[in-house]
Amino acid sequence: MAKVEFETPPLPDQLSIPAVLPGAMAHSRPFVAKPEHQQPLGFPGELVDNWQKVALDKMDELLGRYRSLQVFLDACVKCGACTDKCHYYLGTGDPKNMPVARQDLLRKVYRRYFTVAGKWFPRLVGAVELSEEVINDWYSYYHQCSECRRCSVYCPYGIDTAEITMAGREILASIGVGQKYSNEIIGKVHTIGNNLGLPEPALANTLEGLEEEVEEDISVSVKFPLDQQGADVLLVPPSADFFAEPHVDGLIGYAKVFHQAGISWTLSSYASEAANFGIFIGNYENMQKVAQRIRQAALDLGVKRIVVGECGHAWRVAYSFWNTLIGPFDFLDPHYPAPQHICEFTHDLLYQGGLKLDREANDDKVVTFHDSCNVSRGSRLGSTPGGQFSIPRDLIRAACTHFVDMAPETIHEHTFCCGGGGGLLTDDLLELRVKGALPRAQALRQVIEAHGVTHMAAICAICKSQFTKVLPQYGMGMDMVISVHQLIGDALVFESEH
Amino acid sequence: MVLGSVFAVLFYLGAIILIAGVSSRVMRYARTPAPLVIPTTPAPLTRAGVGARMCREVVFFESLFKGSKWSWLFGWLFHFGMLIALARHLRYFTEPVWWWVTLIQWVGVYAGIAMFAGLAGLWVRRMLVDRIRYISAPSDHLMLALLLAIAGSGLMMKYVHHTDIVSLKAFALGLVTLDWQPLPADGLLLVHLSLVIVLMLIFPFSKLLHAPGVFFSPTRNMRDNPREYRHVAPWAQNLSQTRPEWPLGRQSDHGEG
Repeated sequence: MAKVEFETPPLPDQLSIPAVLPGAMAHSRPFVAKPEHQQPLGFPGELVDNWQKVALDKMDELLGRYRSLQVFLDACVKCGACTDKCHYYLGTGDPKNMPVARQDLLRKVYRRYFTVAGKWFPRLVGAVELSEEVINDWYSYYHQCSECRRCSVYCPYGIDTAEITMAGREILASIGVGQKYSNEIIGKVHTIGNNLGLPEPALANTLEGLEEEVEEDISVSVKFPLDQQGADVLLVPPSADFFAEPHVDGLIGYAKVFHQAGISWTLSSYASEAANFGIFIGNYENMQKVAQRIRQAALDLGVKRIVVGECGHAWRVAYSFWNTLIGPFDFLDPHYPAPQHICEFTHDLLYQGGLKLDREANDDKVVTFHDSCNVSRGSRLGSTPGGQFSIPRDLIRAACTHFVDMAPETIHEHTFCCGGGGGLLTDDLLELRVKGALPRAQALRQVIEAHGVTHMAAICAICKSQFTKVLPQYGMGMDMVISVHQLIGDALVFESEH
Repeated sequence: MVLGSVFAVLFYLGAIILIAGVSSRVMRYARTPAPLVIPTTPAPLTRAGVGARMCREVVFFESLFKGSKWSWLFGWLFHFGMLIALARHLRYFTEPVWWWVTLIQWVGVYAGIAMFAGLAGLWVRRMLVDRIRYISAPSDHLMLALLLAIAGSGLMMKYVHHTDIVSLKAFALGLVTLDWQPLPADGLLLVHLSLVIVLMLIFPFSKLLHAPGVFFSPTRNMRDNPREYRHVAPWAQNLSQTRPEWPLGRQSDHGEG
């Protein structure tokens, strides 16, 4: 595929709803998976001959598997409440990026083959045959949805376009047209244990380097244990935390918290990845298989607790799906939630007086917080609804003097996706990623101008990578992006051990 | 009497198709599992909380209010206008008329106007807002036209051309008691009733399924309790058994270093 030239849209003072621009993003398509990315996941290597039949059979199967899909395809009344809610529509104006229109790509085929009205009066109800053109649209536009669920907040029937996108992608993969980026990564997790394909020796080496770095920095010998049998806690971070900036400073923050609390912990080289791209491609079996490694590692290492690092979709899978997919966790200590988020873990310590923080360490910063979509709308932190909003902010306020929120219609359950979630964090979709970040970038620039915000904290590896890449396109620094646990780590006060 | 019989048969047919069609969809929704916990969060933790969320959704259109104030206003006027107008029609089917039906008669008239205004507002939005125009199929326009025609013909019988409501009531009671009575041969009334029958016939095959559908929407009716309870669907239970390469509780072969 040729590299697409595009212009970064100017940031408006006020976010406005663009006029409909049909076909504006029709050219946006990620690379198609090669046979070697497809087959290990149980999908055909390339487009099967009888793809129409296979696709319709798959749709039939999914309609029987997921009530969400069945109800959502029937219930939409085209009220339009969702049409201005998707960051990709707001950033591109392509009408097929309106959630309802994205659903309709699948719904019009569903109507043609699975409903009385669509079989008898296809034109009347907008039903169409499953053609090559439809498949092309599916491939293009089901890879322009980050499965962020923002539209589902505003739908009077709770229709979640993420569920439709997942079904669309699963049907595509099942006829041999999977997405390279996600499927290649899932293959790496199945064989090596993390998205990066980082084997045990490389991981051990990286962690050793981090120990030296921290020791040099604060003269405290903070450990980064790997495969430590009998540790209390198995920590499962997104693998980006091992090396990417600013993620790695978050990992250092987790390690400092464990060190100060005096709780033994370990990473696992077998399950060194919290991310689970199985959710992105909508495939239950692959999602379960990826998650299964973590159960296995916890059993093998004999840990009492599992704690998950800062990663949005990983937390949705861990919080909402793990118990169902790979539970029960009856082998863990029942006094703690299983799994537990690193922010819950740190928050508990903080309120039990187990951590000593000095806000002054972060006095050079004015911090805002980006609510990640999967944490905000697909899971929870703590024991009460909405803890996913208050707990990270509590942590930031405990570590920073200067905190300010972005506009209320862009945070909490209304938060805008970073533009790179849902399996779209790949350079072959850069135009989409930049344009999809526009609503968040606009809200961020507003607090920069009004309050002098210097940093935006996040608790998601994808958000951090995406913002580091796209914020410079909007004239903001990549170093604005920071892990919540970097703020914590920098504010922790240690008595020097030397 | 021929007219009365024709309409009686049509009404029974409409009722059977409406009830059987909607029941079969509802049974399908109920049978299809929700294999993963997917409420849109923050979500209630308890059944009572889910009940309250569903009530807010169905009575106040909470999510729609967050999403679009104009659609909410017109949608709410239409639905609650229709509800009260329908309740007002119970006076044709009850003898003696229930006390509360008598009580709401005066509101019912305004409700009919609210219903008409709400529908008109929704249609104007559908035609004028480019995004909503884009997502509209012919059936979306026709549905509004049908409902407007029902509301309009009803209002006309109140304000422009009265029909013989004594005979009409005899006909309606006859439907209930299976004792068919003649129907007044009044054009406006026949249009009104025919359109209602059309609505009953298409209900189970159209987007009107949103009415039962909302109660089955997993993002609204599930509790936020996935760490406390497992939600394994029957089809998923069998998965791990057919995949011997990753059975639960397998001893590790990858070494602990």
